[in-house]
Amino acid sequence: MLLNEFLFLAAFLFCVGVYGALARKNAVFVLMSIELILNAVNINLIAFGALTDNLAGQVFALFIIAVAAAEVGVGLAIVLLIYRNRHSVDLGQVDLMKG
Amino acid sequence: MVHDLNVAQQISFGVLAAAMCLSALRMATTKNLVHAALYLVVVLAGAAGIYILLAAEFVAVTQVLVYIGAIVVLMLFGLFLTRAPIGKAQDLDNDQRWLAAVVCVFLFGVLIAVLQRAFKGQHVAVRTIGRTADIGTAIFKDYVIPFEVASVLLLAALVGAVVIARRD
Repeated sequence: MLLNEFLFLAAFLFCVGVYGALARKNAVFVLMSIELILNAVNINLIAFGALTDNLAGQVFALFIIAVAAAEVGVGLAIVLLIYRNRHSVDLGQVDLMKG
Repeated sequence: MVHDLNVAQQISFGVLAAAMCLSALRMATTKNLVHAALYLVVVLAGAAGIYILLAAEFVAVTQVLVYIGAIVVLMLFGLFLTRAPIGKAQDLDNDQRWLAAVVCVFLFGVLIAVLQRAFKGQHVAVRTIGRTADIGTAIFKDYVIPFEVASVLLLAALVGAVVIARRD
């Protein structure tokens, strides 16, 4: 199979994830979009690993899955804290640090 | 034999990729946040299928376990706990959505152009089997330090999540 098929698929998922992270108001949805971006990176890693017949791609895809799990745990804790303090998870209203 | 395998791989890739792209688009545009999480499940399951196509069975199984089994459930709990609008909601997008769409289309175009120039005509070797034992050996032999760092990271994230979300 052509390598570019996988890379194009990953690029598409990456761009949709970036759109979701930029255009949505809900903080939990932004976290979901970031998962989509991480998945696109994983597809790239495994495709390149298969291209070079190297296990490093798969190993680092596993590490990215672990990092994604950690990121979601901490991210959701932060979102819950924001909700508890402001009764809303609208990212447009989280502007305490705006200059 | 190899030719048949190639055709089968090509067809399954097409089906998976179409399902993933459609679900990702629906996820980014749907008005219903719970549906968005369910579309995310389709994308993640499709990615697991892609990993199997690339002979990365262990990563595919981990993907199903961790992403679909744990992360999406966490997301749904997050939606419920923050009283996200269940059902159709009107104003889920902020006012920069058109700008975001332009940025993403532009980014996609740039990525396609660069990838086409860099990797045109390169083929991924058709393999049918990937051995989990090899990955285990690689992790515990060549990548043992990143592995330990990942364990410490997970521990720190666990403690951090508890500390941040605790009510005191």
